[in-house]
Amino acid sequence: MELTVWTYEGPPHIGAMRIATAMSGLHYVLHAPQGDTYADLLFTMIERRSKRPPVSYTTFQARDLGGDTAELFKAAARNAYDRFQPQAMIVGSSCTAELIQDDPGGLAAALDLPIPVVPLELPAYQKKENWGAAETFYRLTRALAGAKRERPHRARPLCNLLGPTALGFRHRDDVQEITKLLTQLGIDIHVVAPMGASAYDLTRLGEADFNIVLYPEIAEVAAKWLEKNHAQPYTKTIPIGVNATCDFIREIATITGLDVSEALDQHTSRLPWYSRSVDSTYLTGKRVFIFGDASHAIAAARIAQTELGFKVVGLGTYSREFAREVREAAKLYGVEALITDDYLDVEAHVANLQPELVLGTQMERHIAKRLGVPCAVISAPVHVQDFPARYSPQMGFEGANVIFDSWVHPLMMGLEEHLLAMFRDDVEFHDDAAPSHLGGKVQQLTPIASEAFREDAKPVVPEVEKGKDAPILVQWDERAEKELKKIPFFVRGKARRNTESFASARGVAMITIETLYDAKAHFSR
Amino acid sequence: MNAIQPIKANTVSGCSTAPIQERGQREVFCGLTGIVWLHRKFQDAFFLVVGSRTCAHLIQSAAGVMIFAEPRFATAILDERDLAGIADIDDELDRVVGRLLDRRPDIKLLFLVGSCPSEVIKIDLKRAALRQSRLHSPRARVLSYSGSGIETTFTQGEDACLASLVPILPPEPASAPKTLLIVGALADVIEGQFARLFDELGIGPYVFLPMRRVSELPAVGSNTTYILAQPFLGDTARALEDRGAKRIAAPFPLGEEGTTLWLRAIAQEFGISEETFDRVTASGRARAIQAIANSKKLLADKRLFLFPDSQLELPLARFLSRELAVDLIEVGTPYLHRDHLANELSLLPADVKIVEGQDVEMQLDRCRAARPDLTLCGLGLANPLEAEGLSTKWSIELIFTPIQGYEQAGDLAELFARPLNRRTRLEV
Repeated sequence: MELTVWTYEGPPHIGAMRIATAMSGLHYVLHAPQGDTYADLLFTMIERRSKRPPVSYTTFQARDLGGDTAELFKAAARNAYDRFQPQAMIVGSSCTAELIQDDPGGLAAALDLPIPVVPLELPAYQKKENWGAAETFYRLTRALAGAKRERPHRARPLCNLLGPTALGFRHRDDVQEITKLLTQLGIDIHVVAPMGASAYDLTRLGEADFNIVLYPEIAEVAAKWLEKNHAQPYTKTIPIGVNATCDFIREIATITGLDVSEALDQHTSRLPWYSRSVDSTYLTGKRVFIFGDASHAIAAARIAQTELGFKVVGLGTYSREFAREVREAAKLYGVEALITDDYLDVEAHVANLQPELVLGTQMERHIAKRLGVPCAVISAPVHVQDFPARYSPQMGFEGANVIFDSWVHPLMMGLEEHLLAMFRDDVEFHDDAAPSHLGGKVQQLTPIASEAFREDAKPVVPEVEKGKDAPILVQWDERAEKELKKIPFFVRGKARRNTESFASARGVAMITIETLYDAKAHFSR
Repeated sequence: MNAIQPIKANTVSGCSTAPIQERGQREVFCGLTGIVWLHRKFQDAFFLVVGSRTCAHLIQSAAGVMIFAEPRFATAILDERDLAGIADIDDELDRVVGRLLDRRPDIKLLFLVGSCPSEVIKIDLKRAALRQSRLHSPRARVLSYSGSGIETTFTQGEDACLASLVPILPPEPASAPKTLLIVGALADVIEGQFARLFDELGIGPYVFLPMRRVSELPAVGSNTTYILAQPFLGDTARALEDRGAKRIAAPFPLGEEGTTLWLRAIAQEFGISEETFDRVTASGRARAIQAIANSKKLLADKRLFLFPDSQLELPLARFLSRELAVDLIEVGTPYLHRDHLANELSLLPADVKIVEGQDVEMQLDRCRAARPDLTLCGLGLANPLEAEGLSTKWSIELIFTPIQGYEQAGDLAELFARPLNRRTRLEV
């Protein structure tokens, strides 16, 4: 039993729904109790989809459990076939149906439908949403892609784009941006899947020369299978950020032998110049905490550190399947990766690190809001706000422009930050002043929702250097506390933390103004 | 203006056609969804779902970001060790509940909420709740109910929750005066309005269930008279009657007419004169009628199709048809409690088509064929129907918005008028 307040990922059958909903000509018959249809609203409300997900649920109830739930499943599958006439079908169980062990795969096979029916085994008590999506896409690819075939030599190489799904973070616009980029490189796109592909299209996957994996969380397993069985190499670089996009172009050059020098020389991203322009100096060394799915978190860390000049103070993911990759990335920034799907852990971590910017999911947006820290969203799980009406990719050169804007926007502007530091007693520059371009005050901080669950709910024990004795609980004298308040609120956390660890390391039990400035001098060395 | 129209007596023939039963895919929430509003109503209670990741995901999705601050609910997610019986459920719950109560000293009442998986693997939460109550008495009481989709549909979760409270309500002393118990979660503002009306009418003592705090548990006994404020409380009503309470039969307090009939039934039970009743309710009735007038211009003669959702459908249909002159095509309801809704059925048009249960695909076929002017449906269906050119009203809003009583009659009408109003404005 695991106590959970909020969850980053749904159960694995939600992942299967993301695949089915992204595609056409595919229907999902899900053995599930009444109530599991709530999942439809994720797609129709959050993503504003104009069609219901192509899912038929058996919605069994207690009275059915005494009877024949297997018959109920067969009827649902038969009716779904008759009504929707799909090209292919996936069948499986949600968490409760898994327990009653009706074997949807076997039952569907017994119906002898004239279409491919792909059974899904998605262990709901072990696995989660992204795993379910990857497994579903892999099973479909395996079942439908057929045998390896001869490919003609093409002047313009042909590739598939793999990974975009329904409810993905900016998948819609990433596909458009990467399609544009590839076309400019002289590459044709064959199948984009799952998003926009029909079940029939999956039978054509093997015709392409190689695969581009946009989202490894979804498509890596399928891409590996295609590499092995259809001799299609696949790309490993995720083109998020200017440098990663350039690496991605180079990787494609290696695969295809195309000359990409022009594309690399003449890229149009404004990020490099914006980042070098003097007004961006204030971004230097801003402490940023990053959390999301593995691909987006790793990409964000690279951009933050090398393209915007921030300092990555924390990096983590809820994707346990990709923990190794995130750990490796974290080493680059000298931090320890946070691998957890416990929202409370993340909250405690952010509170401890006191970053100046949080890049995370909608969950971290709420954490940051409570802690009064600016935040930008970089990854699923998604919210209706993550489906903007405007074109807003994360990938490619335009994606880098979008990222520059959306990460810098929540921060205090450069000159504004200086004025605040100089005139901190000005009535309009008081403690609760928020960036003026965002209007008004920071929100009154409500008590942390999960305060009660946190291991460190009460006294905040300052971090001490490793190897020291048990931390000493330091206190602030009144005048030092007052002086601390004169430091602008967005760096005050850092100042408090630094001073306390400075005092604690030196056995100073009472912090005075003197200690405060000693610590300042110590840390500015 | 003809402010107050005479109310037709309950004896008019009303709905004469038998409800049609339908079975098939049901596009409805499970009872766990009730936690979304119940955890706000009970200020010192916590809801711990014993379930799967799906349960946690459902509550989070249904709740959206509305209540991100300080939730008083969580899910104890079952894992393979629990299913295989490797982990002892008592030990696991001891650990989880202990941690929870340690860190939330404000929690005085804990509900262990059963789910589909906990029911299927037959975790005995009733027994578990007794055990936890023993462990944590007197610091906190622990109760259990099931919000599972295999046993409850959406609002039935509230029913199951309130029914679980009834056995711990203190017994009324034999000398207790005749007491009015209003049963069903209402918005605070509505409780206040009804309380003022009861005071003016001279009805009392009265008390609301659910109460806000566990220290305010109302007493119950044979001097208790109760009235349902919501139409989905069958189990709670039965449990109260087992404790000797008597039900006042009435339509539900939606719209001017529904509110008046509901209040009048109470007034008659408490021997309040017609004269007093008319005097006290006159201004509320007049305001309600005035407030719905604008929406009536938009809604009169419009054709409405109601998908099943909360069991509020019949009272809503009655309000819309009688006070706003809406033409009812089909009234779906997940479940029809014939006894509790008898007073509603008698007010509905004689030829109304009521469908109990659901086969969502068949129902969508009928809806599309009928091309209603307005469709009341759940969030999974609303945008797809809008995309097909049909105006819709989300049914869940009727649960999260104060709609009962005189002062809300206009708001309730406006909820239905707004989608039509919006259509007239948009030129894109």
